[in-house]
Amino acid sequence: MSTASVPLPAWINYGVIPLLNLILAFLFSGLVVWAIGENPLEALNFLIQGALGRGDAIGFTLFYATSFIFTGLSVAVAFHAGLFNIGSEGQAYVGGLGAALVALSLDHYVPWYVTMPFAVVGAALFGAAWAFIPAWLQAKRGSHIVITTIMFNFIGAALMVYLLVNVFIVPGKMAPETRTFLAGGQLPKLDWLMALFGLKLGPAPFNVSFIIALVMCYLVWLLIWRTKLGYEMRTLGISPTAAVYAGIPYVRTVIIAMLISGGLAGMMSLNAVMGASARLQVEFVAGAGFVGIAVSLMGRSHPVGIVLAAILFGILYQGGADLSFEMPNITRDMIVVIQGLVIFFAGALEYMLRPAMVRLYQTATGK
Amino acid sequence: MNLQSSANEPAIELVGIDKKFGTVHANKNINLSVGKGSIHGIIGENGAGKSTLMSILYGFYHADEGEIRIQGRPVTIRDSQAAIAAGIGMVHQHFMLVENFTVLENVMLGAEGGQLLAKGVAGARKELKRLETDYGLDVDPDALIEELPVGNQQRVEILKALYRGADILILDEPTGVLTPAEADHLFRILQVLRDQGKTIILITHKLREIMAITDTVSVMRRGEMVATRKTAETTVTELAELMVGRRVLLRVEKGDANPGPVLLSVKNLTVKDGRGVTMVDDVSFDVRAGEIVGIAGVAGNGQSELLEALAGIRKPVSGEILIDGKPVGAADPAALRQLGLAHIPEDRHHMGLVLKFEEYENSILGYHHDPRYGRGSMLDLDAVRKSAEEQIEKYDIRPPNARLKTANFSGGNQQKIVVAREIERDPKMLLVGQPTRGVDIGAIEFIHRRIIEMRGAGKAVLLVSVELDEIRSLSDRILVMFAGKVVGEKTSDADEQTLGLMMAGIAA
Ligand SMILES: Nc1ncnc2c1ncn2[C@@H]1O[C@H](COP(=O)(O)OP(=O)(O)OP(=O)(O)O)[C@@H](O)[C@H]1O
Ligand SMILES: [Mg+2]
Repeated sequence: MSTASVPLPAWINYGVIPLLNLILAFLFSGLVVWAIGENPLEALNFLIQGALGRGDAIGFTLFYATSFIFTGLSVAVAFHAGLFNIGSEGQAYVGGLGAALVALSLDHYVPWYVTMPFAVVGAALFGAAWAFIPAWLQAKRGSHIVITTIMFNFIGAALMVYLLVNVFIVPGKMAPETRTFLAGGQLPKLDWLMALFGLKLGPAPFNVSFIIALVMCYLVWLLIWRTKLGYEMRTLGISPTAAVYAGIPYVRTVIIAMLISGGLAGMMSLNAVMGASARLQVEFVAGAGFVGIAVSLMGRSHPVGIVLAAILFGILYQGGADLSFEMPNITRDMIVVIQGLVIFFAGALEYMLRPAMVRLYQTATGK
Repeated sequence: MNLQSSANEPAIELVGIDKKFGTVHANKNINLSVGKGSIHGIIGENGAGKSTLMSILYGFYHADEGEIRIQGRPVTIRDSQAAIAAGIGMVHQHFMLVENFTVLENVMLGAEGGQLLAKGVAGARKELKRLETDYGLDVDPDALIEELPVGNQQRVEILKALYRGADILILDEPTGVLTPAEADHLFRILQVLRDQGKTIILITHKLREIMAITDTVSVMRRGEMVATRKTAETTVTELAELMVGRRVLLRVEKGDANPGPVLLSVKNLTVKDGRGVTMVDDVSFDVRAGEIVGIAGVAGNGQSELLEALAGIRKPVSGEILIDGKPVGAADPAALRQLGLAHIPEDRHHMGLVLKFEEYENSILGYHHDPRYGRGSMLDLDAVRKSAEEQIEKYDIRPPNARLKTANFSGGNQQKIVVAREIERDPKMLLVGQPTRGVDIGAIEFIHRRIIEMRGAGKAVLLVSVELDEIRSLSDRILVMFAGKVVGEKTSDADEQTLGLMMAGIAA
């Protein structure tokens, strides 16, 4: 607490400190790799090459990043209103149902660009619906949102498995998934975008939802910093007593913030369900909701930071997969450890380096 | 400009202290020397740089230039730990206590003395006992902080500092939150501390307190130390002039009231606090257009809860509130604002402002739906900033920067941000809680003028203040509250004694 009140310029707060945290995370990961008996530098090289070395590698990295942008935005919006939404995972999962229903009903009749707006709305509506009950319980009954959203992750998972196994399964097939969407229910790949940079996308599922994600970044920025609702959310998030004084309705603000948060999480399914696999599968979210928490934390709940953090985690995901392929000693679980270290240093230990930076800054600027 | 403040050798010497925050030059080449075993007052306008100077001494900020000497030795104070090690203790205006810890636990926090608590606890208990007998600092060591009155909480802050071996004690506006009796008690404690050889720096806006208790006093103005005087050789008028650079009216003149129809009416209102204790007990009164009704009372007698109920923040248990003759029922603060009710809350840090917001964002708190600030659901930031800048200009809020984080304004300027926002709304009724807490005398004069202008313009003003002077100089009628009830009504020429007795619950 001694140096906490000493102000630091923004370039240190938002530039130097996150970068140092990241470097620390990589140093520790390097130690872990070294302990297993592999060469850390070589491992780093595989990781970077695997994530950014070829067109398809970049495509996969950006595909993962797209999902993380959606879930990161979801966590951030709730966070601005003072709510810790741990339920993006479940909201994304149920959101997939919305996207799939739209795709299944329209793909026979219309091209993808007609389906897309309906799918966006469908995914968002279903995600929002899944956030509604925890939001309502928090707003009306004071049940803690962290607990209820975690519970709803489990309930959502059970519900989806039930639906996929009993309702959507294609008769005669073993896999619990819907039928494959026709082209009218798929989001096309962004190979033209990669081609602009002279890269070939190959099999990577990098698709139009990336652009939707960027649009959402802009809309979230607009919401938080340019609308009256965003102003109310931020007031509530920073000072609940000031919000009461200002006549900001608690119930309404909490519920709306959570609906938007759930909607953004739901849109993650556009990327996975309509962009990549062209069908709704069990467990397609695969932890992206939880990664969203880390992404939002690292990105300081700001859309620009979220995009950068999402790309970083995209690199870790994609590069990590390649790494464990190249160095079988480094298993998938090790990759999770490395991701954990990044979260640990960038999120949890955010303030660890601060006092030292304050000292350095003070010495550098003449005391 | 190095007037020795006491015959004794100096305990603290500040030499050429300079500090800038961006373009704000908060401390300009400050020299100050405070003699051992003396009480030294520092006064100055809001934003003059008093708190900054003390923060430098306590290691919260670092001077860009200059030297600090403690007991004659130059020291570098990197952080508050270093300050404590150098024997400096600070009593913060906003107490830094753990609410649900006991007094003993709070005093020990961070100075537990070892891994096992038991030994430390026994030692601390003994030490507390000693501090109590030596300095007359009596607080029950086993009481929970949240159950103590503010005055006692402050004593815990002092105990904390002494427990850590402080020889030098800094108090930044310590009486802002105290009742007059509590303030008297504090001053007795400070005198004992001085007589035992401790050195005390006291920052306050109340010249009365400076005259009553300090040995020497320094005046700051716009970052500079402009004068140092022996208290015995100066007067309130001289100090006020040194501070502001012009003559100040210590009491604003006002003409006769010209009351119109009743605008705000309270009937048999009963309000309970969070724990279910009745704080406002069957209270009824009217406020007419064009009059100022003052609520006098010792803090904690239900004024705060009354104000919150009227502002729609706290739901009354029974009774009625009528605006313009119409019952408002369970209207919330937003609906009441629509009806023309503005509210300057007592607690600016928790209610009146969001400290992390930039100034312009706070300048619309509660009024953000006003179409002037943007159509539909969007905020028109240009319009917001423009109106914020107008308020800054009109209320002389310093520094004049709408983009500065509100927490970085000095206390008095934060208060002006709230006052400007509420008054500039041109409301029909104004609820005012402690409008001049932490505000310098020049600004007090200014705020009092605006409140009187509101009255002249036919607004109904309800004023709650623990400053009896303020109540007496502004109010047309004075209601005295004691234990949740209105125990009497007086006109503004009532003498202080009568009011004092009524406030103490002794009917007059
Ligand atoms: N962290 C900060 N960043 C930017 N400006 C600051 C910061 N802290 C203080 N200031 C500015 O420095 C000046 C001096 O502030 P300071 O708090 O020392 O005044 P003060 O004399 O204590 O006033 P008051 O009587 O109102 O408490 C003010 O203009 C204030 O806005
Ligand atoms: Mg101050």
